[in-house]
Amino acid sequence: MSDLLTIAGNTYSSRLLIGTGKYKDFDETREAIETSGAQIVTVAIRRTNIGQNADEPNLLDYITPDKYTILPNTAGCYTAEEAVRCCKLARELLDGHDLVKLEVLGDQKTLYPHIPHTLTAARELIDDGFKVMVYTNDDPIVARELEDMGCVAVMPLGSLIGSGLGILNPHNIRLIMEEANVPIIVDAGVGTASDAAIAMEMGCDGVLLNSAVAHARKPVLMASAMKKAIEAGRESFLAGRMPRKAYASASSPLDGISQ
Amino acid sequence: MKLTVNGDTLTLNGNTIADLVTQLELNGRRLAVEVNREIIPKSQHGDHTLNDGDVVEIVHAIGGG
Repeated sequence: MSDLLTIAGNTYSSRLLIGTGKYKDFDETREAIETSGAQIVTVAIRRTNIGQNADEPNLLDYITPDKYTILPNTAGCYTAEEAVRCCKLARELLDGHDLVKLEVLGDQKTLYPHIPHTLTAARELIDDGFKVMVYTNDDPIVARELEDMGCVAVMPLGSLIGSGLGILNPHNIRLIMEEANVPIIVDAGVGTASDAAIAMEMGCDGVLLNSAVAHARKPVLMASAMKKAIEAGRESFLAGRMPRKAYASASSPLDGISQ
Repeated sequence: MKLTVNGDTLTLNGNTIADLVTQLELNGRRLAVEVNREIIPKSQHGDHTLNDGDVVEIVHAIGGG
């Protein structure tokens, strides 16, 4: 069965999008990401260390742009201006690649998205030709604004970045999905495989996670668990769950029981 | 000439961005370079002449979520 995720005209067989932060080293990063089966991989853009570690390994030698869709993020940006600048640097760095993950943060305690700046930055980036996948809160009206503006994917948080608290407001995610015509990807908050499965069972188009794998006791094993959870959740969604009932309904026939 | 590169003062023995990249032993790396907040495409690194006092930012990709 062909069941592909389409983002900005490109198709992906994996619905797991994964980050490259917080791993022990690049070997572990590579192994976890390969194991996860993810095809879209986020990276951050930072100043190059000057005058030290000239032979320092480079992330993009381990996670190569010919094998993965590299999704540069704007993590650490607190204003629209910083985020736009970061995306332009990323585009130059990646030879014109124009798919970005926009995240404009509100404060360091919550890393909650700053919506006014997010809207401003999204508009500016889209006008400049970027394809914007946008990290946002779980407000359905904001999600609609971002879609109407031309974002190629809307990515509401399940809970705070790095919190591992799972999807705290599934009702809002559902409201967002009901109206959406672009992929809805739960970004942030997934703590373990069942959280990812729940997002997919609800009908989300994908899940973006990082800490849940990188901070697991065994990251590579968790990457494997996440791959399966995403697939199981997706199949479960497509299969359609049985209705919930208040009372029992026997699975075994009641006729022919020995008297 | 004196430049500010990623926030630190640096004396460049040369003229162009390519000279700077060589001096920093960053040749062959995947980088993006901004001079005075304007991105200078890779194709122009050999030609773009820096000036005393220029503020240069050099960035690369690191792990992130």
